[in-house]
Amino acid sequence: MSNYETFEYDVLVIGAGGAGLRAVIGAIEKGCKVGVVTKSLLGKAHTVMAEGGAAAALANYDTEDGWKVHFRDTMRGGKFLNNWRTVEIFAKEAPERILELERYGAVFDRTPEGLISQRAFGGHKYRRLAHVGDRTGLELIRTLQDKAVSLGFDCHMETTLTRLLTQGGRVVGAFGYRRVDGQLVVFKAKAIVLATGGFGRMYKFTSNSWESTGDGVVMAYDAGAELQDMEMVQFHPTGMIWPPGMRGILVTEGVRGDGGVLKNGKGERFMFNHVPEFFRAETADNPDEAARWVDDKRNNRRPPELLPRDVVARAIYKEVQEGRGSEHGGAYLDISHKGADYIRKKLPSMYDQFLHLGDVDITKEPMEVYPTIHYAMGGVAAEPDTCATSLPGLYAAGEVAAGLHGANRLGGNSLTDILVFGRRAGEAAGDYANANSHGSVVNEQIEEELDVLMRPLSGGDGVSPYEIQTELQETMQKCAMIARTEESLNEALQTVRELQSKLDDIRVPGDTRFNPGWNAARDARFMLTSSEVLIRSALERKESRGGHWRLDFPNEDPYWAKHNIIAKFENGSVKLEPRPVPTIPPELEEILKD
Amino acid sequence: MSTVTLRVFRGDSTSSEFRDYKVETAPGMVVLDAIHSIQKNQDPSLACRWNCKAAKCGSCSGEVNGKPKLLCKARIDELPQDQPIVVTPIKTFPVIKDLVTDVSWNYEVAKQIEPLRLADEGSTEPLRMQQIDVDRIQEFRKCIECFLCQDVCHVLRDGQRKDIFFGPRHMVRFASLEMHPLDTADRRPFLKEHAGIGTCNITKCCTEVCPEHIHITDNAIIPLKERVADLFFDPIAKLFRRR
Ligand SMILES: Cc1cc2nc3c(=O)[nH]c(=O)nc-3n(C[C@H](O)[C@H](O)[C@H](O)COP(=O)(O)OP(=O)(O)OC[C@H]3O[C@@H](n4cnc5c(N)ncnc54)[C@H](O)[C@@H]3O)c2cc1C
Ligand code: SF4
Ligand code: SF4
Ligand code: FES
Repeated sequence: MSNYETFEYDVLVIGAGGAGLRAVIGAIEKGCKVGVVTKSLLGKAHTVMAEGGAAAALANYDTEDGWKVHFRDTMRGGKFLNNWRTVEIFAKEAPERILELERYGAVFDRTPEGLISQRAFGGHKYRRLAHVGDRTGLELIRTLQDKAVSLGFDCHMETTLTRLLTQGGRVVGAFGYRRVDGQLVVFKAKAIVLATGGFGRMYKFTSNSWESTGDGVVMAYDAGAELQDMEMVQFHPTGMIWPPGMRGILVTEGVRGDGGVLKNGKGERFMFNHVPEFFRAETADNPDEAARWVDDKRNNRRPPELLPRDVVARAIYKEVQEGRGSEHGGAYLDISHKGADYIRKKLPSMYDQFLHLGDVDITKEPMEVYPTIHYAMGGVAAEPDTCATSLPGLYAAGEVAAGLHGANRLGGNSLTDILVFGRRAGEAAGDYANANSHGSVVNEQIEEELDVLMRPLSGGDGVSPYEIQTELQETMQKCAMIARTEESLNEALQTVRELQSKLDDIRVPGDTRFNPGWNAARDARFMLTSSEVLIRSALERKESRGGHWRLDFPNEDPYWAKHNIIAKFENGSVKLEPRPVPTIPPELEEILKD
Repeated sequence: MSTVTLRVFRGDSTSSEFRDYKVETAPGMVVLDAIHSIQKNQDPSLACRWNCKAAKCGSCSGEVNGKPKLLCKARIDELPQDQPIVVTPIKTFPVIKDLVTDVSWNYEVAKQIEPLRLADEGSTEPLRMQQIDVDRIQEFRKCIECFLCQDVCHVLRDGQRKDIFFGPRHMVRFASLEMHPLDTADRRPFLKEHAGIGTCNITKCCTEVCPEHIHITDNAIIPLKERVADLFFDPIAKLFRRR
């Protein structure tokens, strides 16, 4: 028998990003004893990096805005693959959650009336994003962190969980290791909230940190929960492209929201040539109108740079493919015409980032950008009202969950997502914990996982985990990125299978104490499984929609328009099932017609 | 391809050594890129924290040639190339392994700071605050908790007096709460008696290293000191100034 430390909580929250921390508050308010596990230090999760803002129809500038318009924009942006009920809850509760955050201590930028200022973003009809310059995520995570700390909870920092423990068809705990000293840990819990974020690390160029290796989706999948829309990945149109070490790092959409324009290598403002019919009526058709919009949003239509992200990312991709790329094979993003004062006030961290790390003064010169892997729309299937997954006792919220964003997420919707559904997941898990007692942990599950965990340290020569990760990332970048075909996806699948067969041969030096190599070995398994499900789902969806663009099926398809793809682990492999998208009730369908 | 040598601290608080690694350079490379290259190609067991790689999360603090820095912001081409680049962990906190230190003390201290108290607790009305009134606390709220200021503050670094002073990072947090236009709590007695604001002798070393350019001493600590002085030495002034 191995030696491990055991902890017991009513509710265990896995992840300390915005979703996890808001869930902590929700579960504490239900009277529960709560423990949180995070792979990094508290306050360092992905959420801290978010820049642009959090969308909520507060209508502080544009009084015409309201939850119905936010509902409409989110459904349209998601190409109607969204779960309507999830979107309804989201749009209705968003303003409450933002105002609550302000009462927790967040200090957003203000309007002249002293209310929360709101920024325009792609796909949102009105100015909607509550923000703090371009560091909104920091404000959000620090506020939630301070609030949760003041209420009291146990935080297990720098601890990685690798397996959910189940018994009698429900979740009863989780198992993993403390990164710092390698200590193995078992958590017993009556209910678990999964808030582990996204899985962008499977690609080579991504805005995601080392944490986003898909642990959450795969732990849920391994334990029998259903995944949904795994083929739907967001390619953010503007990632940095130069210098090489910065490739993939995000350039906030706020740059375009505040007046930045895109140009190709020939100096043409190409977005005017890429406006889809669906959005034509609400998009400016000339540079003059687009320029006027920045200061007068009421009487002008928005610039084409602010079309939904999938549209802009594809446009940049096409420009480069057709030989009109920038110096390093991307596009130019220019906001220098707005003047140095304006830029440094509105986009201070972008200004710093380019000046110090990219040798570009954005008040004088354009930035160079290319699409970067940014966000996972797909993930663990979750009930709209409670965030319950198909596995009793397990709840999922934030980027790890699926249903809200459909085929494409609108910028700013994620920071609000984590507040709205973080709270709901925390409260529902609290209710479940209050109604149920602890289950019992099955030792074989722990021993099995222990075996997987320890193998890389068993000595001798073997494969490096980084070798496997790098090959996967290169392959996914090449074959499953923005433009996909059956052939490219099959090639990716084959590589994934080959790499999977090498997993048991991974060997690393050192011991279990803060050993990135050892950690990377386990991460590689998560990355490969999540890639496998992604590719299989992408092969299944024989159409183009939102973030999923198939060169061999370039059009939308009426059958797939009405189906989500559900993935489940059955008899040792991925089982896919198209499932009808829930039907919108007529009164909500009415809203979509506007 | 040109190369550069990194001389990296390896080990923990009981035994340690410096090890040299040759790394190929690339345009715009930062020290964190070089560390990643070592992990990937030479020694996967080299421990180092990071998250954003864009100076936004405050995870990757260390010392480069003896200067406290975010490793993801420390450009190789701005350092002398003819000698090894020395990379060590921050000094104020105990080393766990290699470049990773035990900063948990900061999280314990944070728990003791009284949170925001609004007068109308429980209400759901939107707050009204003017931009001009929040400008100065927004400066404090830029803090990414990199703890570089804690690293250089001589009270904590050389004196190791964590028992008497919370350090500049937490003074910034106090300032963000005390100067919040709608806060009603009074943290001054605590600042004096427990947080040890009097121990700071305004050397400004903290301000110099803050990657977020927060004017820690001028804008946070000195005004807090004045408020504390008001309370403890000048009760009349206190009555007038704080209504
Ligand atoms: C650069 C950037 C800018 C962005 N800008 C915006 C924006 O302006 N507006 C917007 O709405 N969205 C934005 N997003 C997206 C948004 O930030 C994220 O989708 C959101 O923060 C995700 O929050 P989360 O709580 O779901 O997960 P995260 O914040 O990713 O947190 C995940 C947590 O889970 C933990 N975890 C993961 N695996 C394990 C494991 N195995 N064991 C234990 N713990 C684990 C991690 O340690 C972490 O604590 C941006 C994203 C990036 C990268
Ligand atoms: S100014 Fe005060 S807090 Fe800052 S380094 Fe000097 S003594 Fe420490
Ligand atoms: S105040 Fe500055 S130096 Fe200190 S922790 Fe915050 S960001 Fe870092
Ligand atoms: S990695 Fe985030 S600050 Fe350096």
